[in-house]
Amino acid sequence: MQVAQKVLPLLFALAVLFPLTASAAGKDSADAPDIDVKKIIFEHVKDAYEWHITTVGDKHISIYLPIIVYSSRTGWTSFSSSVFHHHDEYNGFSIAREGDNEGKIVEMAADGSMQRPILDISITKTVLAVFLNAILLVVIVLSVASWYKRRGNKGSLETPKGFVGAFEMMVDFVIEDIAKPNIGKNYARFLPYLLTAFFFIFLSNIMGIIPFFPGGSNVTGNIAVTMALAICTFIAVNLFGNREYWKEILWPDVPVWLKLPIPLMPFIEVFGMFVKPFALMIRLFANILAGHTVVLAFVCIIFVTMSVSLAIGSAMTFVSVVFTVFINFLELLVAFIQAFVFTMLSAVFIGMAQHEPHGHNAHEQ
Amino acid sequence: MSFLLPDAGLLFWMLVVFGIVFFILARYGFPAIVAMLDERKRLIDESVRSAKEANERLVAINAESEAILKSARDEQARLLREATAMREELIKEARERAGKEGEKMLAETRRVIEMEKEEAVRDIRRQVAELSVEVAQKILRRELSDENKQRSVIEALINETVE
Repeated sequence: MQVAQKVLPLLFALAVLFPLTASAAGKDSADAPDIDVKKIIFEHVKDAYEWHITTVGDKHISIYLPIIVYSSRTGWTSFSSSVFHHHDEYNGFSIAREGDNEGKIVEMAADGSMQRPILDISITKTVLAVFLNAILLVVIVLSVASWYKRRGNKGSLETPKGFVGAFEMMVDFVIEDIAKPNIGKNYARFLPYLLTAFFFIFLSNIMGIIPFFPGGSNVTGNIAVTMALAICTFIAVNLFGNREYWKEILWPDVPVWLKLPIPLMPFIEVFGMFVKPFALMIRLFANILAGHTVVLAFVCIIFVTMSVSLAIGSAMTFVSVVFTVFINFLELLVAFIQAFVFTMLSAVFIGMAQHEPHGHNAHEQ
Repeated sequence: MSFLLPDAGLLFWMLVVFGIVFFILARYGFPAIVAMLDERKRLIDESVRSAKEANERLVAINAESEAILKSARDEQARLLREATAMREELIKEARERAGKEGEKMLAETRRVIEMEKEEAVRDIRRQVAELSVEVAQKILRRELSDENKQRSVIEALINETVE
């Protein structure tokens, strides 16, 4: 209640002041084109070759990132994306403005059409965000680990407080509630992967919610990122799968006519091998992307309604801020839940590949 | 739909970065944390178990001390009973012995009295006999003062013996 009492006047202040400043700014560009909400949202959640931090007046403050491409025409080429700030084209490369490759680096092909280079491993906004998140994660985990190492060397088993305590709580959560119940007795060898995946996703989600640099990037809402994570889970599942797991796939316990002469069930099982990580990939990507989109949409409401009328705009600003705060809290929850779900399902799939034969299992219990 | 198409470059970087992060954390980060968590968990489990054991042992010790106390009390009661019985026995014995001794002494006394009495009776008899002899002598002396009488007595006596 106390928090509500403090926050509500602030929201009212925002609701009153924001339209004033917005309208003051808006008067200079009264004939500005209509606000394209879809474009704004897409620009925020999509990958880019520069990291646009903010705009002060007419001046864009951006981090220009290196473009690294391999093309049959030029071989390996690397240049800063700042060249596109003033020129549309550099060395035959340009950023497509429309079409399937919109926003991507393209080059003129021999037939005159614009084609993607063979390889494009540019350090894009999302790649930089991945770097930053990775560095942050490594720093956090290593500093927490050093706390334990210092205590461990002295033989003390002291319980941590504060940040290390919170971190330990989550590590313990991953061990006790994710790894142990889903994988079983072999859980220990998969712990580093599960913990890394959990904290990487969780940190990236949280960083995505923070609305300013170095946060605000849509890392886990990008399908390439979630695909990489899903590939890692796929490797963890299939590389360490035991004989029982492969037998269940290639020669499952079903009537023979389902296996011979057409390997129907094995085909379905092999298909399932790929469906599982695919589901992981889509789930994480869609949840985070949706969260970002909803937050941005609510923020856009302010600008859309403000361009209609000041009165509606002021009212809607209040509503929109309230909803955005609400959605942000929800996203905080989603950030944790999606990290949990991804790790949990990874553990379930790993556990399935570690499953003992039924009789053997019953005997063990 | 460009959202649903994973970008190869980003995928490449993500795999590289995640691989490196995983390598670093799996080697230098998480094992230390997990090891200490396991160690602490083991210690807690062990402590709980030993506390439980100690509690059980305490209960057992309590029961044991109770039993010891009870047996001590029994022993005490038994000793008391025995002591009482022995005391009574001793008193009874002493009384009996005293009674017997008294009787014996009484009997002795009686015997001595009897003997004294007999002695006295015998003494009296003897004195009576002596007295009668003396009396008889005196009588005889007076009777035999003349010859005739002597003769007649002798004759009478001879006659008596002859017969």
